[in-house]
Amino acid sequence: MTTVFGVPLPAILGQLMLGLVNGSFYALLSLGLAVIFGLMGVVNFARGAFYMLGAFAAYVGLQFLGVNYWCALILAPLAVGLLGIAVERLFLRHLYQLDPLYGLLLTFGIALIIEGIMRGLFGASGKSYPVPPLLQGGFNLGFMVLPIYRAWVVLASLTVCGITWFLIERTRLGATLRAATENARLVQAFGINVPLLVMSTYGAGVALAALAGVLAAPVVQVSPLMGSSLVIVVFAVVVIGGMGSILGAVVSGLVLGLIEGLTKVVYPEASNIVVFVIMAVVLIWRPTGLFGKE
Amino acid sequence: MLKPGITALCALLSLYTSAQAAAAADQIVIGDIDDLSGVYADVQGQGGIEAVYMAIADSGGTVLGKKVIVLSVDHQNKPDIGASKFREWADQNGLNMLIGGSNTGVSIAMAKVAAVKKVPFFAIGAGGASLTGADCTAYTVHYAYDTTALGNGTASAIVKQGGKSWFFITADYAFGTQLQEAATRVVIANGGKVLGAVRAPLGTTDYSSFLLQAQASGAQVLGLANAGTDFSNSLKGANEFGLTKSMTPAALLAFISDIHSLTLQTAQGLYLTTAWYWDLNDETRTFAKRFFAKMHREPTMTQAAYYSAALQYLSAVKAVGSTDADLVMAHLKQTKINDMFTKNGYVRADGLMVHTMYVMQVKTPAESKYPWDYYKVIKVMSGEEADGSQPDPACVLAKK
Repeated sequence: MTTVFGVPLPAILGQLMLGLVNGSFYALLSLGLAVIFGLMGVVNFARGAFYMLGAFAAYVGLQFLGVNYWCALILAPLAVGLLGIAVERLFLRHLYQLDPLYGLLLTFGIALIIEGIMRGLFGASGKSYPVPPLLQGGFNLGFMVLPIYRAWVVLASLTVCGITWFLIERTRLGATLRAATENARLVQAFGINVPLLVMSTYGAGVALAALAGVLAAPVVQVSPLMGSSLVIVVFAVVVIGGMGSILGAVVSGLVLGLIEGLTKVVYPEASNIVVFVIMAVVLIWRPTGLFGKE
Repeated sequence: MLKPGITALCALLSLYTSAQAAAAADQIVIGDIDDLSGVYADVQGQGGIEAVYMAIADSGGTVLGKKVIVLSVDHQNKPDIGASKFREWADQNGLNMLIGGSNTGVSIAMAKVAAVKKVPFFAIGAGGASLTGADCTAYTVHYAYDTTALGNGTASAIVKQGGKSWFFITADYAFGTQLQEAATRVVIANGGKVLGAVRAPLGTTDYSSFLLQAQASGAQVLGLANAGTDFSNSLKGANEFGLTKSMTPAALLAFISDIHSLTLQTAQGLYLTTAWYWDLNDETRTFAKRFFAKMHREPTMTQAAYYSAALQYLSAVKAVGSTDADLVMAHLKQTKINDMFTKNGYVRADGLMVHTMYVMQVKTPAESKYPWDYYKVIKVMSGEEADGSQPDPACVLAKK
């Protein structure tokens, strides 16, 4: 059997495939973070909590309201996005003039409160969300069995990433948004409602996190702590990609997913720190991140 | 000017501490240091505290004319917090007995404090067998289960049914590695072999890479040497990647709270070892009913052990007529333990409470007749079968 670094080739191929799956997931999660940071300058630490809420919204919908997976894909991000808008209006709005650190502390506090409430309601061990019937089973790729659901996650994530990138970089709405971040006053002078724009951006960013949560629900245990371990990794992804760069977030998400996957074969114990080692190296070499502008 | 100030401060301080001591003298203080908010919070958590209150109520509320009170704190899975809180309670709050919740790492740190402060320490949530081995103390009682018993239960049952080759997914800390070692010993002793193992960091959410490695190894049995959400996520992944069709999953430690949250659909057919199950007999069902009325869920084996430990401690205090740690420990080591948690259990020289353990299999959704009807008994193991008939030679107390 062909081997690479003493590991059989099929095993490497399998791990690369899984890396791609996880990478697309990281890409989707970091995307919203990059959008919110890039357009609002807010370091949104509540991201993990909104991701978790998305998954719980799907669970509650299925369990108590008869909302199936496909409807949850639309409804959960909508509901959580509205909550995000409320958070922006009530709290975050007052901090824009201050140092970004205040926004970070506020969102971190909000995350802790949301996690605490969910733990009180659902317990720490979490809930199970079944894989939707249409996506059950797997493809046999020869070197591994790829669950259909995972393939769907890759497809959905990359599509959403593509749409978001297109919206922000290639449409008039995106151009207005970017202009508003450069010079809010000037854009306001043209008769555009900047606070509304900022609020919707935050809502959309939060909705993206919730969407990631719904996509993750059938794969991982839906638990109140599911976001807190992920949020740090996602931040590292965004920092490596360059804070605020959408392309950077997507590319580094995919690449880091792959590297993490390979680490799990070569030296599993290091798999939860490899991302941070890379972050340190990138920051020494390019303090603005791989795709950062400033 | 400074001197009178300091004197006054010292006087005040001594007044404060003597007031504390006086308050402590007319009450019996039971402490609970556990994970109350993290990944293991459902295993004991608030339910554990409730179980202790039930035991106090069943002991009459007062013992030797003293009111029994409970202190509790969240150790956040950090050994330094557990140890320093234990020390603080022993020094300032007149702590008489401590119950330790989840996390072997934290419990090892607290056992060291128990030895110094001479406070009986009942380790319940933690599984690491070293608590009554290399890390044993004269004041530690390892009460509910340990990694040796888990290995002997699940691993030997599966090997004897033909599951000879194993692959482990292990949580990368003291508990996981001790669990894997215990199971490996049993597998090899019964003529099986271990084809490989990966150590996954605590809190890993995506196990697919590790599962793929397990599959590639060609092993018959997938040994999950982890707990809590780590266990749930790895079993969920095993289902998703179709491993459960080609391999037998073995839970080396699973609580009923885990099975409940995974649902029978995912967990069916799983082998596991437990010290207690709510639906074993009338006595356990009666306890479970009382517990359910308060917590709205069935008790885990360790919540039942919390009740039993508090009950046995208080009855030992009654029997010797004192809260003196040495007298109470001596009494505990001479007396059989008989309550709804276990029958004829006894505390061995190394501090391990030796008692019956059960190898269970999780029912299929069709076999389950009523809510929380999750397990069927595969094998009843005597305490000696589970933990050996001799104290752990690694423990200094065993050599006497």
